Amino acid sequence: MAHSGINILFEGRNMVRLLGGLWISAKIAIVAIVVGLILGLILGALRTLHNPILRVILRLYLEFFRVIPTVVLLFLFYYILPQNFNINMGAESMAMLVFALWFAAEMSDIVRGGIISVSPHQVDAGKAIGLNRLQLYYYVLIPQSIQLMIPATINLVSRIIKTTSLLLLISVMDVINIGQQIIEANGQRYENGAFWVYGFIFILYFILCYPLSLWARHLERKEVVTANG
Amino acid sequence: MNWSIVQQGIPTYEKAFMITLKLSFWGILGAIIVGLIVSFVRYFKVPVLQRILGAYVELSRNTPLLIQLFFIYYAFPELGFKISAEASGVSGLIFLGGSYMAAAFAGGLEGVPKIQVESGRAIGLTDWQLAQYVVLPQGLSLSIPAIAANVIFLIKETSIFTVVAIPELTNTALDQIGMLYDTNEALFSLVVGYAIILIPLSILLTWLERRARRGSFGN
Repeated sequence: MAHSGINILFEGRNMVRLLGGLWISAKIAIVAIVVGLILGLILGALRTLHNPILRVILRLYLEFFRVIPTVVLLFLFYYILPQNFNINMGAESMAMLVFALWFAAEMSDIVRGGIISVSPHQVDAGKAIGLNRLQLYYYVLIPQSIQLMIPATINLVSRIIKTTSLLLLISVMDVINIGQQIIEANGQRYENGAFWVYGFIFILYFILCYPLSLWARHLERKEVVTANG
Repeated sequence: MNWSIVQQGIPTYEKAFMITLKLSFWGILGAIIVGLIVSFVRYFKVPVLQRILGAYVELSRNTPLLIQLFFIYYAFPELGFKISAEASGVSGLIFLGGSYMAAAFAGGLEGVPKIQVESGRAIGLTDWQLAQYVVLPQGLSLSIPAIAANVIFLIKETSIFTVVAIPELTNTALDQIGMLYDTNEALFSLVVGYAIILIPLSILLTWLERRARRGSFGN
């Protein structure tokens, strides 16, 4: 094989650049996940309180982020924040913000679902021993529901990793954007550039997400077993 | 916000709206067919085919639509399959949606109580009759809420078609922003376009989920 297409991945600094792009996607995903987890936990707990105004506001927040496609969310923030609110930030920080808010919205629903599934006897028992509301959440509701939330949270993490592919649309130098540049730059010599580069990125995403989905499935199965026992 | 600009744009967005609807329709229809085939093959444990489709499901679920789409649109022609932007959009949606629909159907089929299958066997139904009269009617109705959720998910995913320059809603709005700088007006029309499709569907989904919880065949 004098001229195999796969070499496009190893030409010059191509591989380093691709993995560097992946790191940018990963960085954005990690920040969004950490911020989103904390915010989502708080919002989810707030949604179980019996405060109608708070409930409506948080529900609207969730529905807004759930109904509007993520691509559109990115563009809304990308164009509206600088133009109408004079908030200027780089595309990367903007993506972190959007993904964190999106993650928090979805997370709040997972947390709420987990908390309301804890048996009411537990709450009554907690109240009987004199726990205040904060203690009730901290010592009773959250520890008992966290196991239920984990599989859904892992799936959410895998969803946000896949969503980082959209970074290309707001001109972040992510792995796909760099892949495009490499294909264009080497197009003369590598006719099958798109096949190898996009195929490689396809596999990269698969390697990141597949273990997560296996893990989530494993935990779900374990849950069914313990629930039946 | 300049309302007359929004008003002038209505015919353009109407066209884009119809493209989004049309591509969603074919993509979802294809995804449902693929999903049905995959879930049957896996439910009845057809040898070999079960493995292959299992691998397809993992590939489809664990990679983003955007890269699937790029692969279909840019890499397939290199291998000798020329494919139009719209056809690759629909194929991408089917590739992605097939596995999600399969999971929805599988959830429904597994939800049919064992005793129903055993009773069917006891009155002497063949495999095919069992599927036709017992498993499918019950399983399919159990899977309806999950299918509706997937329909919403797939319609939202069509916004990614903009990367292969299909003039659907998102692409049209980006075009307007790029050419005319009517950012607010374009984004407003864009959000309204998706809201018209997605809000009724999302209300329908909530209703279906509530109903599904009630109607569970005398269990």
